[in-house]
This record gives sequence, C-alpha cells and structure tokens, in this order.
Amino acid sequence: MSRKLLLEHINVPGINTLEVYRQKGGYRAVEKALKTLTPEEIVEEVKKSGLRGRGGAGFPTGMKWSFLAKPEGVARYLVCNADESEPGTFKDRYLMTYIPHALIEGMIVSSFALGAKVSYIYVRGEMMPQIRILEKAIAEAKAAGWLGKNILGTGYDLELYVQPGGGAYICGEETALLESLEGKRGNPRIKPPFPAIAGLYGCPTVVNNVESIAAVVPIINDGGDEYAKIGIGRSTGTKLISASGNLVKPGVYEIELGLPVEEFIYSDEYCGGIANGKRLKATVAGGSSVPILPANLTLKYANGEPRLMSYESLSEGGFATGTMMGSGGFIAFDEDQCIVRNTWNFSRFYHHESCGQCSPCREGTGWMEKVLHKIEHGHGSMEDVDLLWDIQRKIEGNTICPLGDAAAWPVASAIRHFRDEFEWHIKEPVKSQQQNYGIANYAVPIEKAPVTEEK
Amino acid sequence: MLKVEEQTPVEFSSELLAKFDEVKSRYPEGKHKSALLPLLHLVQAEYLWVSTPAMDKVAEYLNIQPIEVYEVATFYTMYFLKPQGKYALEVCRTGPCCLVGAEKILSHLENKLGVKESEITADGLFSFRGVECLAACGFGPVLQISPEYTFYENLTTESVDKLIEDLKNKS
Repeated sequence: MSRKLLLEHINVPGINTLEVYRQKGGYRAVEKALKTLTPEEIVEEVKKSGLRGRGGAGFPTGMKWSFLAKPEGVARYLVCNADESEPGTFKDRYLMTYIPHALIEGMIVSSFALGAKVSYIYVRGEMMPQIRILEKAIAEAKAAGWLGKNILGTGYDLELYVQPGGGAYICGEETALLESLEGKRGNPRIKPPFPAIAGLYGCPTVVNNVESIAAVVPIINDGGDEYAKIGIGRSTGTKLISASGNLVKPGVYEIELGLPVEEFIYSDEYCGGIANGKRLKATVAGGSSVPILPANLTLKYANGEPRLMSYESLSEGGFATGTMMGSGGFIAFDEDQCIVRNTWNFSRFYHHESCGQCSPCREGTGWMEKVLHKIEHGHGSMEDVDLLWDIQRKIEGNTICPLGDAAAWPVASAIRHFRDEFEWHIKEPVKSQQQNYGIANYAVPIEKAPVTEEK
Repeated sequence: MLKVEEQTPVEFSSELLAKFDEVKSRYPEGKHKSALLPLLHLVQAEYLWVSTPAMDKVAEYLNIQPIEVYEVATFYTMYFLKPQGKYALEVCRTGPCCLVGAEKILSHLENKLGVKESEITADGLFSFRGVECLAACGFGPVLQISPEYTFYENLTTESVDKLIEDLKNKS
C-alpha cells in the first residue's frame, strides 16, 4: 500500500464533521503554523516540499507564493480554484464532498502564510451540494474558533467565503476566475500583470487549486523535507488521480508520484484493468486537454522503458511520443471506442467553452468541431485531415489564455497517433457508420531497444 | 432570446432580499458587484429561471447597469433565460461520460419524455438538455437536477425511468 496523505481517513465515518476530523489529527497544522511558525517559514516549508500546482500547470506552489507582492496597506487575497471543469477530472469534488475540513484547514494555513485576511473558495456553480457542504464546514470551524477574529488567541483574523461560479470551463483559468469573482464575464486577462501583483480587485492575489491547498496540511505537519521524500525526482509527494472511462474500478486514487502507469491501470489496488475483459486502446492521462496516447505509448516510452505517473515521465518524449500530467484526469479508452468520435466530442466541448475573446480560439474551435463532425459522420475528405492539422497549428500559442492550446492538443495528438483511423473514416464512409475501427496496432507492445555494448 | 412579452414584472420577497444582503456582506466595501453570480443563483432557485425584469431588479439592488447583469447571465451556461420544467435534467455529454453511455441516456430521455432538448413536457414537470463535463467522470453517465443540483450517478435507462417516476410521484 502506498502512503496516503490526503485520503488517509476517507473511509472514517463522519470524517466530514469537525469532531471526527479533529479526532484524526485535523487542524494540527493550523495550531503549529499560527503558534510556532512565521509566514516566511511556512512559505519556506512549502518550497522545500517541492509541491507543484495540482490544477494542471504544475508550477511550484512555494515559488508562486514567494512572488506575491506585499505593498504596505494593501489587502492580499488567497483564492482557491475549485472550478474543476477539465473533462476527466473530479478529484476536487471528491475531496470537498468527503473531507471538506482538509481544504478549510489548508486555506487557514495558506492564508496565514500569505497574509490574507479574507479568502475565497471559488467553486463551480454546478457543485451546489459541495458548496452547501463547505459552507456548513466553515460555520463549524468558525464556531470552534478556527476562523474569524483572533484565531487561537494569536491575533490573526481570517474570514473564509465560498463563491459559486456560473458554469464556465474558462473560469478555471486563474485570471478568468478572478474576473468572475468580481462579478463579470469570465474573460481571461492579459498577463502581465500577474495576479501576484494585481489580482482580485487589483490587489496581490494567489490562486491555488483545491488539492494544492489541501497538500499544505501534511507539509506543515510533517515538514517540507518529509513530503519531498515521497515521489520521484521533481515530482514530489502524492497526487490525486481521477480515473474514468472503460476501467473496472474508476474513481479517485491517491498515488505516490512515480507509480508505473501499467500498475495504475491493471493492479487491483487501483483501477483493476479494463472493464468487460476488453483491451486498452488509448488513454488521455491528464484531463481532456493533454495529448491522447495509444496504449503502447501509454505504458512505455518509445525506447521501451516503462512510463511512470510523474510530471517528467508522462511528458517523456515531448508531444511526439509523450503527454502531460495535467490535472491528473486519467481517461481510458477500450478497443471499441472511436478516436474520431471522441476528438469531435472534445472539440465541441472547447468550442462551447471558448470565451470568444481571441479570434484563433473562437473561430478555430468551431471550425475544428465542424470538420470533425463531418469526418465522424462519413462526409470527410482527405484534405480535411490536413485542414484540421492546419487549424490547430494556428490556434496553439496564439491566444491570451491556454484554452486555445488545450483545444489544439487533443486534435493534434489524435491525428499524430491515429491518422489511419481518421483516413479509414474517410475511405469507408458507410462502414465507419456501422462499425468501429477497432484496436488496430495501437496496443502492440513496444520492445525495449537492444543495448549495444560499447567497445 | 429575451422576448419582452414573456416577461412579467417581479417583486423580490423580503426573505430573498435578506439572503441578498448576507451575500453582499462577503465582499469589501465598494466591491459588491462580486455578489452578482450568487444573486442570480438565488433568483433562479426562487423562480426556476432568470427573467429580464428579475435581472433589472438585481441590477437595481447592486446599483449597477442592467447590461452588466445581462452580459453575465448570457455568458454563464447555468442561468436559464427562459422557463424550464419544474425539474430541469442536465445530462453530461462530454467525452468520459460518452465512453460509458451518456448518448444513450440522452436519447432515452427524449423518447421517455416525448420532448426535444430544452422543451418542456406538457405537464410542466420536466425539461432536459445535454451539458458539458460535470466533474463526475468516474461515476458516469451522470445527470443533475436544478435548482438543488442533486446528482444521479452511474445511470442506466432503468434508473432514469425510476427517477422520472419518483419525481412524478413527488409532485
């Protein structure tokens, strides 16, 4: 069994209540932080831990914190990004549903470290049940003196509020989130200035994902060095993986970074293999935005070495043969799934969610959706595949925020690895409406390259 | 989209206004526009949709221009700008849910309810639509029902039938 830091007590009855959470050692980190550590020391521990942003970008959290401007007499804010909308990702919902106090405890410690007196948890609007859970837990914490004025007699004041979104994927982008929190449309801002300088209401602001903030709790309890011992290389600690698609046991798993992908998919401790005795065709390893990989490249690098669940290992080979850790949304496709149909589905998603600010994304996502719809429904031509490639190239890197890239990558990677399946749809317009392309050679195991001895 | 003739004037109850006041108190002085999204949710929970007169009232309450409310209400997909069924069923139609049968659930709902997406059944009880990822991919197919946003996971055509019967009996 691997170590669990966030989900250790997930199955304890009543762990969603303050009482049981306390019995299991909850709020120790608040006591330790507020009574024995300075804000600078907390930032230092988080830096030492090597914790990287769990929302998708993987930027070191401690470093992000150290960029926060601290002008005299200006309020500073911590905003928790609980807008979890990346297809394939549902870990934050899980954490907030079952252990809401883990997030609240992390928010108190992190707010103290950053000098925030008011902090917000921006939760996607569809998660009304989770909003109610968090509000109840905040009321409990406040009644017990963990929030409000003069916490634990230390003179530190903190108010924590939950803000509902309105149903827009784009608000997971931090500057769009801040716009939305200010009561506006979620149009991402041009950076710089970064939120660390001018964020919420123009004040210095840190925006962190739910899981990143919850991870601050074990980091403070055990020390940054201890946390950094878990994992592999620059991928330290544990990570929540949301597993979905055609798996025997989909769900949320906490893994130690560095776990072999093969073990994650097939071992009974995790996903238990592919559902209904079928074979794995492809995976999207980090949420819908990251490149899709055929089964063989999911399990191994192009040189035959096993691929691991870590930031570095998942991106090994670049986009040519690798993918990304992203938000940890692991989607598995069995042999009966159609890559063209799924790519069309994802394009429709990005078209729907594009905020419309930048032309390449606003127009390009719609164009890609239409072309993919055409191919999927048996009306495509060979030029369409090249056209798709051309459109995605023109979106990538040409937009204010990463939604453009996120829309381009799934299309690019699908064409890169599954071009024959696209071409089959075009060559066989009738057959492709009645049956699927199947697994083809996408799962043919990659042999390890023979080692030639140097003389 | 915003047909004037469909819109009757509204007067917010004192209970609703008290909730507005509580929400407004969460933000610093002068930053009350932040309350806009939560307020629209409160309006929708009360009336099951957000009409233009209701938006105008919200603008008046927050002391902002009506256009500032319209532009937000039309940007975010959760706000219904026309009446819905008493139970508005929203089925996730994004990739991971489709891998486990979401499209079948959507077409089943269409047959079962006898209406197309976003239309209301004759008895006024139901409407449905496909929505993008609801962040419950491991438990798909999923649907949520507004205004409470209760979740129903691992759907099958049978469980959808039962859900509809239960809701019918409830009302």
